[in-house]
Amino acid sequence: MKRHVSAIIDDEPLEFLCDDGQTLLDVLRDVLHKTGTKEGCGTGDCGACSVQLNGRLVCACLVLAAEAEGARVDTVEGIAAEGELHPLQRRFLEQAALQCGVCTPGFLVAAKALLERNNDPSEEEVRYWLAGNLCRCTGYDKIVRSVLDAAADLRGETA
Amino acid sequence: MSEEKKFRWVGTRPIRPDGIDKVTGRANYGADFALPGMLWGKVLRSPHAHARIVSIDTEKARTLEGVRAVITAQDLPDLFSEKARAQGGHHDMNDLAQNVMARGRVLYHGHALAAVAAVSSEIADRALGLIEVEYEPLPHVLDIEAATAEGGPLIHEDRVTQGVEASGPSNIAKRVEMGHGDTEEGFAEADIVIEREFTTSPVHQGYIEPHACLAQSASDGRTTLWCSSQGHFAMRDYTARLLGMDLSLLQVIPAEIGGGFGGKTTIYLEPLAVLLSRKAGRPVKMVMSREEVFRASGPVLGTRIKLKLGVRSDGVFTAGEATLHYEGGAFGGSSVMAGCMTVFAPYAFPHVRSIGYDVMVNKPKGAAYRAPGAPMAAFALETVVDEVAARLEVDPVDLRLRNAVKEGTLASFGPRYKRIGCVETLEALRDHPHYSAPLAANQGRGVALGFWFNAGLQSSAGVNLNPDGTVTVLSGNPDIGGSRASLAMMAAEEFGIHYDRVEVVVADTHSIGYTDVTGGSRVTFATGMAVIDAAAEVMRQLRERAAAVWEVDAEKVLWVDGEARLEGDDEREPLSLEKLARDAGRTGGPISGRAALTARGVGMGFGAHICDVEVDKETGRVEVVRYTAVQDAGRAIHPSYVEGQMQGGAVQGIGWALNEEYVFDADGKLENPGFLDYRIPVASDVPMIDTVIVEVPNPNHPYGVRGVGEVPIVPPIPAVVNAVHAATGVRYRDLPLSPPRVLKGMATPDAA
Amino acid sequence: MRYEVANTVEEAVAILGQAESGLYPLAGGTDLLAQIRSGRVAPDGVVDLKRIPELREIVADDAGYRIGAAVSGAELGEHHDLVADWPGVVEAAELIGSTQIQGRASMGGNLCNASPAADSVPALIAAGALCSIVGPGGRREVAVEDVVTGPGKTCLAPGEIVAHFSLSRPQPRSGDAYLRLIPRSEMDIAVVGVGVGLTLDADGVCIACRVALGAVAPTPLVVPDAAATLVGRSVSGAALDDLATAASAAAQPIDDMRGTREYRVHVTGVLARRAAMIAAERAGS
Repeated sequence: MKRHVSAIIDDEPLEFLCDDGQTLLDVLRDVLHKTGTKEGCGTGDCGACSVQLNGRLVCACLVLAAEAEGARVDTVEGIAAEGELHPLQRRFLEQAALQCGVCTPGFLVAAKALLERNNDPSEEEVRYWLAGNLCRCTGYDKIVRSVLDAAADLRGETA
Repeated sequence: MSEEKKFRWVGTRPIRPDGIDKVTGRANYGADFALPGMLWGKVLRSPHAHARIVSIDTEKARTLEGVRAVITAQDLPDLFSEKARAQGGHHDMNDLAQNVMARGRVLYHGHALAAVAAVSSEIADRALGLIEVEYEPLPHVLDIEAATAEGGPLIHEDRVTQGVEASGPSNIAKRVEMGHGDTEEGFAEADIVIEREFTTSPVHQGYIEPHACLAQSASDGRTTLWCSSQGHFAMRDYTARLLGMDLSLLQVIPAEIGGGFGGKTTIYLEPLAVLLSRKAGRPVKMVMSREEVFRASGPVLGTRIKLKLGVRSDGVFTAGEATLHYEGGAFGGSSVMAGCMTVFAPYAFPHVRSIGYDVMVNKPKGAAYRAPGAPMAAFALETVVDEVAARLEVDPVDLRLRNAVKEGTLASFGPRYKRIGCVETLEALRDHPHYSAPLAANQGRGVALGFWFNAGLQSSAGVNLNPDGTVTVLSGNPDIGGSRASLAMMAAEEFGIHYDRVEVVVADTHSIGYTDVTGGSRVTFATGMAVIDAAAEVMRQLRERAAAVWEVDAEKVLWVDGEARLEGDDEREPLSLEKLARDAGRTGGPISGRAALTARGVGMGFGAHICDVEVDKETGRVEVVRYTAVQDAGRAIHPSYVEGQMQGGAVQGIGWALNEEYVFDADGKLENPGFLDYRIPVASDVPMIDTVIVEVPNPNHPYGVRGVGEVPIVPPIPAVVNAVHAATGVRYRDLPLSPPRVLKGMATPDAA
Repeated sequence: MRYEVANTVEEAVAILGQAESGLYPLAGGTDLLAQIRSGRVAPDGVVDLKRIPELREIVADDAGYRIGAAVSGAELGEHHDLVADWPGVVEAAELIGSTQIQGRASMGGNLCNASPAADSVPALIAAGALCSIVGPGGRREVAVEDVVTGPGKTCLAPGEIVAHFSLSRPQPRSGDAYLRLIPRSEMDIAVVGVGVGLTLDADGVCIACRVALGAVAPTPLVVPDAAATLVGRSVSGAALDDLATAASAAAQPIDDMRGTREYRVHVTGVLARRAAMIAAERAGS
């Protein structure tokens, strides 16, 4: 028998049916068709499936969908509120911080979680915070710079 | 370049056309497609490194509720013809067929031998568990030593060594040899001769997106395949040939691709998904797990290189000789040829010779990985060059400059170099402040030079002028790292219009002419040329339309800054692209251009890197603390994406040098098939990667473009290893430089 | 696979205690769900413990701290008093995996997963932590070093769960530290881990010490011989040499893909020395 779960996903109250053993990632991608959240490993080692669960950064592949009952889930698809890009998204584009782009949703969600807690991180803080998000294309340079620049945007230090 | 052209778009950094989709989660990658009634396909894989398949019983799986199809090699057509051998391009179709589905024997742990399609992935998993296979384990060979030992087990009893006359059955698939001069004479002229042996471990490209596809096959054979790859034409051709289909019946629609680095230039799941779909009459989606990616896609395997360098006391190289053994996996096909061609490529040698062996082992079939074959060869050469510099007490960059190849130099792999930027790259590295910056305690600095050919190959492009004056460019190359942007920029530059007026579409196999893979650092170069040609055709038509309006000869009409102008006539109002586009229906119909070409005049590439490391001498941990990459890009169309290639390649090379390796147990089972223990660099492992783009334009490209994607992974290994030597005094010759190996080397410097 | 939620310790014990239930307790799930995914374990179901208040709270009083077994690493790091009093314990817990893993992974899970390389366990042992175990037979308090009995094995009886950890308020002039060696800077399993907790007197002489090692034996090790090298001495020079020697001598590691035996023995001494220096500095400040 399927389980019925209600959750707030990307600011929308949603209901879904899932198997008890299904992960939140499986449900986001295969049931709700929110494929913006990617799967790179399924074991919590790559960060491509990063989402915030009740404001906490987690890997959706290591959360059971059933655990999301009553929870708030924020994915990459909710970052651009009403179509307006978040400073992180804008900076990623301006700085060419993505090449293939498959890790990008996870990086954006993770970086947003960082900037919500600390809008003035050092380079080292950014690098350690994002150590669970693997990128194989960029060597991280432009990603880290984008996060630092977006932080400055959020502090109102840039135009 | 003497006549410095002024560009409006080339050399600027606009936002890529596919950018918004990729920062909002809208872009669809291989696993993001779904269709009504879709089934999930899964693959049963060998638990043995080498075994005879005595029997496969699929009955229980077939009858499990929810299972719609089960296939084994019996469901694949037989190939085994001379034609099949010949038609595979880079691949032998028989090998490819056996790799996607084992026939008779499994040849590596992870080798596919059956597949199922079911209504859910859980049921598919359960069905795999119900397939009963009886194996008879066979002796396996896991490395070059074992594979080449006298009287050892043979992986294929019927294979002889190509390139050797009268070879008996052997695990050496191929022998190659090349060079010029007489190396014996060259070594006799040398004052110093250094000979060293090096090994590297198997590594994986490590793209973040696992292989994935979705197939839908109709009863008349017409099939649509959505998949993520470096080239949907290659996927079409391999899949169709393997299944005996007409190419016209298989439409491959390219998904966005989440990294490839050479590893997504061949097929694994695609023919299985098509077969399962055909059998079940339903769409079938297949996605590899990360473990399957590591076990059963195409890594680059281990190598052993013996290299000898002769040098006069004034620093001039007199001779080079190398013997390279590269593991190619269960079917051979390693990149040893490219290893032989690149190993001595950056320097002028009067006498040079390389001999290569492609060795079969019971490991997955190797695939291309960024500058295939070159990084290991550069590791050998460039660490020996560093040793020579130390012996002669000369600056390592000066030593390299003394021997660097230039226009006209006879390359070690045969031809004479055309215009190249090897010297300019080394000079830029030497003049960079990093090269003379002070170092702290326990730190060391290394430099290294790297070479890659870059590729041309076949490309098609289409340019459609829309009635509002916007331009749609069709390309046949998946965009892995921003090529939509570079193609749009070149089109905008040609037309003299705003970049935002150009849209680039990666068209499917039914909608654009044949195009080779996104690989070989070729897209901006070769497909760029096709776009430029197609744009020229459109501009020719535009000039004709303007000529007709003005009732003049078309030769009198110039195309300048996005508008037609009449030569020598300043009075006449120019005709804008918008106006000509709007009126096209009345002046002769739609305007579009196409081009299809085999790109010639490829610009070879050189890069030089500086690496500073700090070594924890009590634990052997190495940290890269500063890094600078210098490279001749010919002309950087979009400098940010050129820098990105340099930075990404550098960090991949750092990972290869320090921590990445496949670890096999004695039974040939991969022990670390995940990102936890296959350690690619994480953000906190590396510093910013400083970049210097050198521009020595390629005279054979309209904008001077050279490929840039592959060169950056060639210098990092020796740059890191030379830096570790500078910090520790130890010459390490076996990769990776993991903490235990580094510590052991410091304790017993001679043994390293 | 079934998913059940327990809202109280009693409920959890009742569900898990049913004979042959085939159910696993689920805390952060960062080990368990990865193991299920890879097929290493195949439970009939899981019982989510994260809705049980006792397992989710950090309670501080004069005696010390009661840390719920399912409190995540991120939450530990946000508890300023705990970080100030037991920095080694918190830094060890925070080393488990990425930021994402930190959002879920708990010390209870880290302990009960019973990996020899668990990061938080040597730190908890060095801090002298106890854990409160509840089961069908009632509640018992066990020293952390007594919980893990072998790789993947604990002293927990069927139906028992770890409810919380207890840490005392540290003695004056005390400090703790945990260090591990990993090839990368993050995201790896410890090749060696060392926890040190110590107390100094007013003259800087060590008067109490605990040393624990990870990843060098089938279980995390508590090493009194190593601790004894520091007691009665100032934490410097020859005392640290002796500590390193004793720590290395206690290590009984294996060769595996993460490190050789020889390497682990050596690094155990190196990290013991470094961890002791950090702990002493913390004790002195």
